[in-house]
Amino acid sequence: MRLIVWLPLLVLALPFASFLLLAVVAPLRRRGRAAAAASIAAIAVAFAAALAIWREGFRVTATWAWLPGDGGPMGTVGLLVDPLANAMLVLVTLVSLLVQVYSLGYLRDEPAPALGRYYTYQSLFAFSMLGLVLAPSFLQMFVFWELVGLCSYLLIGYWYDRPSAARAAVKAFWITKLGDLGFVIGIVMLWAATGTFEFEALFAKAQEHALAIPALGTIMFLIYLGAVGKSAQFPLHVWLPDAMEGPTPVSALIHAATMVTAGVYLMARAQPLFALVPDVLVLVGWVGAFTALLAATMACVEGDIKRVLAYSTVSQLGYMMAAAGAGAADAGVFHLLTHGVFKALLFLGAGAVIHAAGTNDVFRMGGLFRAMPQTGVVFLVGTLALAGVPPLAGFYSKEAVLAGVWEAGMRGPFLMLALTVLLTAFYMFRVVIVAFFGPAPAAGHPHEPGWSMRGPLWLLAALTVLLGLRFATGGGGHHGPGWLAPLSVSLAGAGVALAWAMYQRGALDPARVAATFPLSVLDVMARRRYGLDALYAGLYRGFILAFSRLIGWIDRYLVDGVLNVLSAGTLRSGDALRRMQSGRAQDYVYGVAFGVLFLMIWAQWWR
Amino acid sequence: MGLHAWLTLAALVFAIGLFGVLTRRNAVGILLGIELMLNAVNINLVAFARFNGDLAGMVFTLFTIAITVAEVAVGLAIVIVIFRVRRTVEADRLDLLRG
Repeated sequence: MRLIVWLPLLVLALPFASFLLLAVVAPLRRRGRAAAAASIAAIAVAFAAALAIWREGFRVTATWAWLPGDGGPMGTVGLLVDPLANAMLVLVTLVSLLVQVYSLGYLRDEPAPALGRYYTYQSLFAFSMLGLVLAPSFLQMFVFWELVGLCSYLLIGYWYDRPSAARAAVKAFWITKLGDLGFVIGIVMLWAATGTFEFEALFAKAQEHALAIPALGTIMFLIYLGAVGKSAQFPLHVWLPDAMEGPTPVSALIHAATMVTAGVYLMARAQPLFALVPDVLVLVGWVGAFTALLAATMACVEGDIKRVLAYSTVSQLGYMMAAAGAGAADAGVFHLLTHGVFKALLFLGAGAVIHAAGTNDVFRMGGLFRAMPQTGVVFLVGTLALAGVPPLAGFYSKEAVLAGVWEAGMRGPFLMLALTVLLTAFYMFRVVIVAFFGPAPAAGHPHEPGWSMRGPLWLLAALTVLLGLRFATGGGGHHGPGWLAPLSVSLAGAGVALAWAMYQRGALDPARVAATFPLSVLDVMARRRYGLDALYAGLYRGFILAFSRLIGWIDRYLVDGVLNVLSAGTLRSGDALRRMQSGRAQDYVYGVAFGVLFLMIWAQWWR
Repeated sequence: MGLHAWLTLAALVFAIGLFGVLTRRNAVGILLGIELMLNAVNINLVAFARFNGDLAGMVFTLFTIAITVAEVAVGLAIVIVIFRVRRTVEADRLDLLRG
């Protein structure tokens, strides 16, 4: 093996080793803090290695045979390290590290065994996500794709004794599975048509125009379905807001920065293949932009701080997918990376707020800026970045996305995304103004969190600012038309002003605004989540439950019935036959005598 | 007298013995019935030996008589032991093996 492979392999192996250690050595896991230390140490070294890889600018492809097959291995495992994977490696290890450190403070009151379980899952998640990022083939990607889904399920259901958390975990698992079904069918169809799972082989074929498969559109659409489920695109976005039942650091890591972006990563990774099917790309763009707008409207009426952030994540994922659909996957990945940083910051900040206020409802918070100024400042930084205010990181990536969509000539999606810019600024500042600057409630004494929580917050905030400044000075990224930057800034400003007017000045009464005609319909619909959750619940009850009742009836009455009749018949006949055994020797002699007599008669006359 | 007469006698004795085995309720009576059946066989053997001029039948008969003695000895011993344990030798009540 070449030496150069070692470093990426180390990044992958460390979290796995820590997972194995914690999973197998139960006494260590039950110690809680010790388990946390092992997990954090592993991910810290992995982060250092990822940084080294990124600085060196590695480009490695290494594969090993896995599934044997005729004429060469059918499936391979290996590593694919390129600039795209490098950037993702750094993001995943960085956010994992910070979240794991933050969790030390956030989950301080958890019992030690539960904490150990939490860090075991965290290590497994880090391993799975890194494996997904490094995957050189659709097959390996799919394996790790499912693994991160499993970790998401386990971590959403971390407080499994809460019925709502258990339900949310199952919901997330099922709905993403719906998309994964398309994904796996797609990659198998692709394999059947080309005979390979590997990206490089497929890309080479795509470049030589050797991929003229009639069903390529269908195949790529099915693969895109996987991304729809994982990246919470309409209409499969309903699981993500419910996933907020998990601990807040988990939401920051999995449901904001890393796992949900796997769909975007897939689109970016398979970009040369998607480029061959423009129809699917147009669909991706429209669905992405529509998701962004839809989720933003839902975020505007949500009162739960974490759910606002969740809808905001759905909305931003829509941006990334729209960029991928416009053929500007690099802009999408750019937004993915900056969003990963500031959305993790926002979630961790929200965690600190929830920790301090003891509630998720922003309308029961207020005056938090005075009580916890440090958290307030970093939350404000994240909010400004999300709203797209220069010179923070979010502004540049959002502009790149908008420029990419505009240049692809997709006017409809562009308008939806532009409107979403306004809504994003509005709903984020609504939360900030109400929670941090609103009138303080009488009860409770919120306070700043400890250093294990504040440290990651400051680090992420600094990173958000520094990244923004770097792009501001270095140029870089997409350059759209000249009117784009003023437009997006003024839209964001309008959103901020609207939120300020409605929630700070009281110039506009939110209830009155929501009651005016065109908005009132929208308000009611958004509050009901456009009936989508109800639709899924109805489908679930109508079809799956009815079907399982039918199956249950068949099992209980047909399958079990046949068996019951058989066993009862055996019992009855056994009972009847039992009476033949009288225990009296003379009865047996009767049997023998008449048997012999019968045999004799039979032998004499009938034979 | 021909062979037929002897065989008829043996069959009669065997039938009487079988009847005794099947109908007697006393274990000693059943043993007696068995003795009768065995002796019917002996008559058969001797009759065939006599009319076929083959001495083997006679020899068999001697063996059978010896074995019968042993069997009666063992059978009676068992009956006595059963009587000691159960205080009865009625075949109808010795039904421990009932299903």
